[in-house]
Amino acid sequence: MADLETFRAETHQWLDANAPASIRGVGNTLLDGNWGGRKARYPNPDMKVWLDVMAERGWTAPEWPTQYGGGGLSKDETKVLQQEMNTLRLPAPLIGFGLTMIGPTLLQYGTEEQKHEHLPGIIKGEIRWCQGYSEPGSGSDLASLKTRAILEGDHYVINGQKVWTSFANLADWMFMLVRTDPEAKKQEGITFLLVDMESPGVETRPIKLISGASPFCETFLTDVHTPAKNVIFEVNKGWTVAKSLLNHERNMIASAFGTTAGKGRTMRDWAKEHLGLDGDRVADSAIRDRMAQYEMDSRAFRLTTERARDAAKAGRPPGPESSMFKIYGTELNQRRLELLVSIAGPHALGWEGPGFEDVELTLTRDWLRSRGNTIEGGTSEIQLNIIAKRVLGLPD
Amino acid sequence: MALVLTEDQELLAQTARDFVRTNSPVSRLRALRDGQDMGFSPDMWQEMAQLGWAGILIPEEYGGAGMGLADLAVVLEAVGHNLAPEPFLSTVLLGGQLLADAGSPEQKQAWLSGIATGEKILALAYQEARSRYDLNRVSTQAAAEGDAWRLSGEKIQVLDGQNADALIVSARTAGEDNDPDGITLFLLAPDTPGVAIIPQTRVDNRAAALVNLDGVKVGAESVVGAVGQGFQTLSHIVDLATVGLCAEMLGGMSQIFDDTLDYLKTREQFGVVIGSFQALKHRAAKVFMEIELCRSVVMAVANAADAGESDLALLVSLAKARCSDAFILATNEGVQMHGGIGMTDEHDAGLYMKRARAAEMTFGDAAWHRDRWARLRGY
Ligand SMILES: Cc1cc2nc3c(=O)[nH]c(=O)nc-3n(C[C@H](O)[C@H](O)[C@H](O)COP(=O)(O)OP(=O)(O)OC[C@H]3O[C@@H](n4cnc5c(N)ncnc54)[C@H](O)[C@@H]3O)c2cc1C
Repeated sequence: MADLETFRAETHQWLDANAPASIRGVGNTLLDGNWGGRKARYPNPDMKVWLDVMAERGWTAPEWPTQYGGGGLSKDETKVLQQEMNTLRLPAPLIGFGLTMIGPTLLQYGTEEQKHEHLPGIIKGEIRWCQGYSEPGSGSDLASLKTRAILEGDHYVINGQKVWTSFANLADWMFMLVRTDPEAKKQEGITFLLVDMESPGVETRPIKLISGASPFCETFLTDVHTPAKNVIFEVNKGWTVAKSLLNHERNMIASAFGTTAGKGRTMRDWAKEHLGLDGDRVADSAIRDRMAQYEMDSRAFRLTTERARDAAKAGRPPGPESSMFKIYGTELNQRRLELLVSIAGPHALGWEGPGFEDVELTLTRDWLRSRGNTIEGGTSEIQLNIIAKRVLGLPD
Repeated sequence: MALVLTEDQELLAQTARDFVRTNSPVSRLRALRDGQDMGFSPDMWQEMAQLGWAGILIPEEYGGAGMGLADLAVVLEAVGHNLAPEPFLSTVLLGGQLLADAGSPEQKQAWLSGIATGEKILALAYQEARSRYDLNRVSTQAAAEGDAWRLSGEKIQVLDGQNADALIVSARTAGEDNDPDGITLFLLAPDTPGVAIIPQTRVDNRAAALVNLDGVKVGAESVVGAVGQGFQTLSHIVDLATVGLCAEMLGGMSQIFDDTLDYLKTREQFGVVIGSFQALKHRAAKVFMEIELCRSVVMAVANAADAGESDLALLVSLAKARCSDAFILATNEGVQMHGGIGMTDEHDAGLYMKRARAAEMTFGDAAWHRDRWARLRGY
């Protein structure tokens, strides 16, 4: 423990000395921040400085092994690093699917060569990744996917279409699922492949969301060539890799929303401002009750993620966390935004232009975007199926 | 404090679960109900006390184990599994904790070791008609008569009132009906002239009684804590007792849920087990999640109570609101998923449903605790 306190002091000092002043207090979450990559734009160049100093130490990926450029920190040290970043109000230097999805998957399933080829680019924020799973005919029933890959010499040739590919237009590489054996049972003919988005034959078309933003794309693949060495794990064993990655994805989504609880303060202040006071209390008792219910559930959720971590540390077998956290974390985020919309009332109806404050316009868009949280990464219904089957042992 | 049981607690939990499973099936509650006795079994309470459970919280100098609520919680969870009605709430969580916290040296000497051995039963009379969950709504009067006091009023649903060797009563020595100041606690023998104890029959069959106080004269030595400061003591003790109650509720909801799952896996309709129907699967998964969240919260609040953390009241409200809602959800869904058999008196599901409701309405229901949470959080 003394070592950890030394580490804390040194970390604090180092962060304070190296973090540019202009990035302090910039809020971010796992889904909102600096995604890096070749196409990254830096309206504030200090964000790039921040990325580079942190990447230099491997602290963009604190727990990854040092031989690939990671930080090599223990879980406890990582927690301390995070705490000290919070204390100094420093944003994450880098976010994205490289760090949260494909990286952990490569660490588990990649060959040494694959790890050395791809992990450093992720850690330095040079390569941005996207996820090519869903197809027009294959969403919840992902294993029914049809995009074909045929081995020709030492390359796979890919033909098909992916959809809802988040940020495909901004990504440098894609990890994807392809069908390599159309005769086999559906889960057994799938391979997990990596593809350079600059390969000829890859085309992306952004799709507009109800929030007005275009965070995802249709991705068309026409005779796209990718070297056979880009197969992760084994040919036709991609489903195993895919499922493991989905676990990482659900954990990421859950913790992204589990950590927004600090915004409760804004909620209280907003409620007082919009609804007025009755003595020293928010005047609307129905809203008060919803706020308390939301805050309580959110605290209970965070305690449950803590309990899961503590149990893992104590060597207890992992529970059904990822599906449960995915459902609960995403619903909490939706409830938070719906509650804020109720509190803001007509002020939450703005789309753009005069008469609305920026925070109000952002709220409207965030609320609409949040409706996708219970769909992306596997819908809530699918997570409930998983809990019923794997945890409760209920039959199909 | 980490949110995992220590090895000692794991062991205690295992012992408690085994004991309760073997010696206290739910059928025992049914027999006690139909027997119209004390509402619990004194022999069983003796056995539980011999296992050390009655004295877990009692300081070592008074013959207890001097352990914490986190330890007692694992026992109460086991007890809650089978709805065992022994007097943990009245005697251990309320009476015992109150005397240990605020009692005079003489009062502690007189009662604490007897609680630890299971020989003494206590009852805390704090609730009145229409006081709902507000401990400051006390209209029972205590008028000064020289050094002594004269008590008049009526307390309701006093847990184990009819079984108690001593009553602790909240009464007003000053102030208006809702005033938190001016409430004083008195310790008195149930056979003091002017005390009438009338057993009540509740939906959950826990022993409870009306306590009528008709000009009851008690001496200055019967005051517990400081005159006029009873509300602070009462609030703190009820918060601590709520932690224990939540652990009991966690046990109850876990058991009815396990029973329901068993039924989903065995009952067949349309040629398949009903647990294969997605409408039921998803609802079962939701109940499961609610119970998981309750477990985290109960562990956290018990740790916080033992560590004397400053946001204890917030966590107590969180735990009680959650456990109230989840226990009711688990029992409502339990009965629904059992179909007709779940509605019968012969089946256990109804016993859990009744206990869930009674536990919800002890120490504040979910809405009351959400309102308290909001006040504590400044809105
Ligand atoms: C914002 C956003 C970003 C996304 N990003 C990506 C990405 O980067 N990469 C990627 O590959 N995909 C991405 N997706 C796609 C996402 O994974 C799919 O939308 C999701 O898996 C659901 O598939 P679907 O849209 O085809 O809906 P469907 O599977 O057609 O589902 C429609 C409805 O039916 C229900 N349903 C389906 N099957 C069952 C069942 N067995 N039991 C009960 N109910 C069922 C669903 O729960 C849903 O309510 C993204 C989606 C969103 C909204």
